Amino acid sequence: MNDSLAHETLNHEAAADDRTMFGFWVYLMTDLLMFAVLFAVYAVLRDSTFGGPTASDLLNPDLALIETLLLLTSSFTVGIGMLAAKQLKKDQVMLWFGITFVLGIAFLSLELYEFYELIHEGHTMQSSAFLSAFFVLLGTHGIHIISGLLWMGIILVFVAKRGLTRSNVRKLALLSLFWHFLDIVWIFIFTVVYLMPFIGV
Amino acid sequence: MKEFFIGKLTLDALPHEMHTIGGSASIVLMLISIIAFVTYKKRWTWLWKDWLTTVDPKKIGIMYFIAGGIMLIRGGIDAIMIWSQQALAGSGNGYLNAQHFQEIFTAHGNIMVFFVAMALIFGFVNYIVPLQIGARDLASPFMNTLGFWLYVAGAVMINMFFVLGGEYAATGWLAVAPLSGKEFSPGVGMDYWIWSLQISGIGTTLGGINFIMTILRMRAKGMSLMKMPPFTWGSLCSMVMVVSVFPLLTMTIFLLFFDRYLGTHFFTTDGGGNPMMYTNLIWMWGHPEVYIIMLPSFGIFTEVVSTFSRKPVAFYKSNIIAMIGISTISLLVWLHHFYTMGADAKVNSAFGVATMFISIPTSALVISWIATMYKGRISFKTPMLWLMGFIAIFGLGGISGVLLAIPPVDFQLHNSLFLVAHFHSNAIGGVLFGIFAGLAYWFPKIAGFRLNERIGRYAVWSWIIGFFVAFTPLYILGLMGATRRLDTYEASTGWQPFYIVAFVGGLIIMLGVALQLVQIIASIMQRKRLVDRTGDPWDARTLEWSMTSPPPAYNFATIPEATERDPFWKMKQDGLQKLLYEDIHMPKNTASGIYISLFAFLVGFGFVWEIVWLVVLSMIGIVAVFIAKGFNEDSEYTIPASEVAALEAVSAREMRDTKKYAPENEEDMGLIEFVKTAPRWLFGLMRNK
Repeated sequence: MNDSLAHETLNHEAAADDRTMFGFWVYLMTDLLMFAVLFAVYAVLRDSTFGGPTASDLLNPDLALIETLLLLTSSFTVGIGMLAAKQLKKDQVMLWFGITFVLGIAFLSLELYEFYELIHEGHTMQSSAFLSAFFVLLGTHGIHIISGLLWMGIILVFVAKRGLTRSNVRKLALLSLFWHFLDIVWIFIFTVVYLMPFIGV
Repeated sequence: MKEFFIGKLTLDALPHEMHTIGGSASIVLMLISIIAFVTYKKRWTWLWKDWLTTVDPKKIGIMYFIAGGIMLIRGGIDAIMIWSQQALAGSGNGYLNAQHFQEIFTAHGNIMVFFVAMALIFGFVNYIVPLQIGARDLASPFMNTLGFWLYVAGAVMINMFFVLGGEYAATGWLAVAPLSGKEFSPGVGMDYWIWSLQISGIGTTLGGINFIMTILRMRAKGMSLMKMPPFTWGSLCSMVMVVSVFPLLTMTIFLLFFDRYLGTHFFTTDGGGNPMMYTNLIWMWGHPEVYIIMLPSFGIFTEVVSTFSRKPVAFYKSNIIAMIGISTISLLVWLHHFYTMGADAKVNSAFGVATMFISIPTSALVISWIATMYKGRISFKTPMLWLMGFIAIFGLGGISGVLLAIPPVDFQLHNSLFLVAHFHSNAIGGVLFGIFAGLAYWFPKIAGFRLNERIGRYAVWSWIIGFFVAFTPLYILGLMGATRRLDTYEASTGWQPFYIVAFVGGLIIMLGVALQLVQIIASIMQRKRLVDRTGDPWDARTLEWSMTSPPPAYNFATIPEATERDPFWKMKQDGLQKLLYEDIHMPKNTASGIYISLFAFLVGFGFVWEIVWLVVLSMIGIVAVFIAKGFNEDSEYTIPASEVAALEAVSAREMRDTKKYAPENEEDMGLIEFVKTAPRWLFGLMRNK
């Protein structure tokens, strides 16, 4: 392969990377719009408790704060992992993405624990429109976290097997975007669902 | 135990009414004849390798046309049933019962919007946009085939009720709550609605993302945004709107699904649910949706008018800004669909004013088209005739739309046939005529020979006359107080004569459809004479006409440079430059899209019949295909420059040779000649292996 040809192939790949990244941003915006619907629905139905308990009766902001800190930290570790990926340090990538994975699991466990408590006390998504909106908003975020974790696991297997190839680094970059996105959505959930009832908004 | 394996699916689900038996029988017959034909011709490998698994947007575009065309006939049968029922119902009860009638108009709306208009629009966007912007493929060829096959899965799903279940949603095309909830629509018909729209809608979103990437990132050198061809602009606006509103549809349908399956209370009448929120959410998607299918048509008309007036587009910038304006404002007017819901006067007037604002950019478009024709050398080929019909009918639809935008007027006309006539003016005059104009215009590029002009003209006139005969009575009926979706009415209303005239108009439109089919067959019969020798039969202006017809798999042997707004026109003025060939990277075919869509279909089917294991297994299947696809990094192949040069030489020689045998001085076949020669031709086709 002569120089100009190698250069041309490189350009071809760089252009493809750029397109994929751009397309993924557009995808994230569509996903954000789905969350926007859920937030709007939650705002409309927040007080439709059908005579049942309200948000401030049921929700525990302390637990949510721990969840928030876990997720924020995981966003930080994913960032470090991405820096390592750009420097092609495979072990560091495995380490930092591994930590992210564990933090994600911890977040998810706390969320499921909260769901379990609520359901155990008889506050299910069938109880009132408010609880429907609550469970579906948080559940949708939770399902995104699960898919993110699944995706992370698969990419880490790819990386372990094939190393930090160009396409694997690209996949990691998309994943980290996705992870930051989920973090931002969670900040809104934390604010709208957990904080607002307690400051009387 | 039995419930675990087959859920709600029992023998009762098999067809046992006339229309479901008939529907199932025709579906089964169609499948058997297709299978028999392909087996007889030994074309299975060809079908799988060259077509079904293809990632070539041109072939996917053609498959969209075929699927959309079939669904057009399917939705047209629904339309004729509605017309005939209403024509008969003034004396006696007609031949359909209320439930069946409701299912028919629901299916008619869903099919025409989701599976006809969207498919045909995506067909053009697939085929033409890459050619117009100088791209060899799409940003993500895989996402494109996935989107197409998800559309197919949705289209199959909407017809599944014939075979299993026997009922479709009877709620109107948008399935308003709480009617669409479990309480009032307990049957599987509603679930078929949910999953057919959900699956095809996700496919549409993927398509939207893909075309935004393609248009914004893969244009030829020099083609800045304000040099893009109008059709590409219309498509870009449409795709931006797709990604802006289809997620809303997806989530709204999910919420409805949760209400039905998990017992949540989003849109229910009890538990604190809010049914009107459904109306709000669905129209936030629903109103922009009508512009999603309209904007590419606007683009088509701009191309057509410029080519056939032999002038550049007049007021190009205003034209583009108008399209952007329409797409932006259309996101802000959804509430005009339910002024009567009871929002206060301030809200209603704000939305009324916003709605009327849309007529400003739309008028700017019409002015741009008319100004393009002004002092142009116009040739009235069929695409131009469709444009004329469009301006007349769309003008009517636009004016009635402005009327309906005024809240007090709307309180009188809400849910009346006036409204039905209004949106059919826009959907038929705007969307469908645009698609037909585009078909006549780009057919030579796609097929390699142009369509028969003479029969084409008959078809145009049948459609235009049929439209006015069919829908003028509906405007009048609406003003007389006839509401939409009536399966029967009292004879004393005096409505029946109008309904009968409308039915006759429907028959004239059907004649137009039949003539279009005849036109295509007649053109195939005369394809050698109609052959497009130059790749540029209309002496057109944009890049898609710069290569042979049909284009090679790689579209452009050399990526052109676009320095002007009408780059190909400029090239023709300047003379063609010498071509330098380079290696071309092309995506490989993949069957992943088909597999994922098959699993998505099974997920939907499992939910409809509550078969849990099927849902779980199919979801695992989807993930598995994605993982397998991720592992496979070998998704491209290269055509070496030498081979490109050889291929180009062959097509140049072929073009020279066709010139030799194509006779010049014959007229296009007329109807009488068609009737005389078609049987023999068909017979020859059958005998020929």
